[in-house]
Amino acid sequence: MSEIKKFMFVNRKAPYGTIYALESLEVVLITAAFDQDVSLAFLDDGVYQLKKGQQTKGIDTKNFSPTFRALDGYDIEKLYVEKESLALRGLSEADLLVDVTVLDRKEMGKLMGQQDVVLSF
Amino acid sequence: MPQIEVNGKNYETDEEGYLINLAEWNMDVAKYIATTENLTMTDNHWEVINFLREYYDEYQIAPAVRVLTKAIGKKFGAEKGNSQYLYELFPYGPGKQACKVAGLPKPTGCI
Amino acid sequence: MLHIINKSPLSNGSLDSCLRVTESGEILLIEDAVYAAAKGSFLEGKMHEVMGKVKIHVLMPDLEARGLADRLIAGITPVDYGGFVDLVAASKNCQSWL
Repeated sequence: MSEIKKFMFVNRKAPYGTIYALESLEVVLITAAFDQDVSLAFLDDGVYQLKKGQQTKGIDTKNFSPTFRALDGYDIEKLYVEKESLALRGLSEADLLVDVTVLDRKEMGKLMGQQDVVLSF
Repeated sequence: MPQIEVNGKNYETDEEGYLINLAEWNMDVAKYIATTENLTMTDNHWEVINFLREYYDEYQIAPAVRVLTKAIGKKFGAEKGNSQYLYELFPYGPGKQACKVAGLPKPTGCI
Repeated sequence: MLHIINKSPLSNGSLDSCLRVTESGEILLIEDAVYAAAKGSFLEGKMHEVMGKVKIHVLMPDLEARGLADRLIAGITPVDYGGFVDLVAASKNCQSWL
C-alpha cells in the first residue's frame, strides 16, 4: 500500500447502549496499522463517547473511554467534535477526556467532503 | 473452556492460552504461561510485562507492537525501544507472547 | 403505568412519543435514555415541565457509566437495580418503549 488516503470515522452513537462506538474504536485502532491519514469526527450522540468520568462497574461493561487517550500513541491526532452537538447536550470542551478540535457544522461538512473514505458508525 | 492449573488453582484461558480474567493474573501464573511459551523470564522480560500491564490499566487495550516499541523507547531508552530487542526477549512476537504472559488479551489488530 | 425508555432522547423519538401520550404515571430512564436526566441539555426545560404530571426515575448505574452522575436534574429520582424491580412490582402494568 503506497498511496496515503484520507480516512474519516464518523461517530454518532452514544457509548454502551449500542455496540457502534466500541466497534468504531476497534476499527480505528486496526486502521492505524496501515499508516493512513486518519481523522475521527464526533457528531450528535457520538460526542457522549468522549465525556469525562465514565464509571461502568455498575453496568458490568468495559469502560473503553480511556482508550481514546491511547490514540495519540497510535499517531491518530485528528479528533473533531461538532460544536452544535456539544451545545445541544450541555457539554463543553472541558467535559471531554481528550484534546479535540471543535468545528461548527459547516466546517465539519467541508472536512467530510475532503476525505477519500468515510466510515459512519 | 481450557484451563491452566497453577499452585492448585485453576485459571480459565481462551483456545490460544490467553487468560480470560486479567484480574486473576499474578506472577506465578505469568511464570507458568512463560514456560508454555518456552521463555526464560529475566528482569528485562518482567520490565516489558509490567509495562504492558500498566499500559492496559491506563488505556484498557493491549498496544500494537509498533506502539509498544515506541512507548518502551520513551520510558526505558532507545536501546530497548526497538523491535530487535523486543523480539530477542519474545521471539514469537512481543505483542502475542508478552501480552499472553502479562495476562492481557491479544492486541487489537494483531493477526 | 410504568414506562421504560432505553433510547437516547436526542436521537430517537421514544421519549417524546411517551411524553406526548402520557398524562400520569411513572417513567424510568435506562441505558441511553438516561441522557434525558442530565442537566444542561436542551431537554432540561421539557423534563422540568413533565415532572408536574409524571414521576421520573433514572437507573443510576447507567448514568454513572456515561459520566453524568453528578448532573442529575433535581426532582428526578435515582434508583438502583433493586429500585428498578420495586418499580415494576409496584406498577399495575408497564411498557418498554422500543
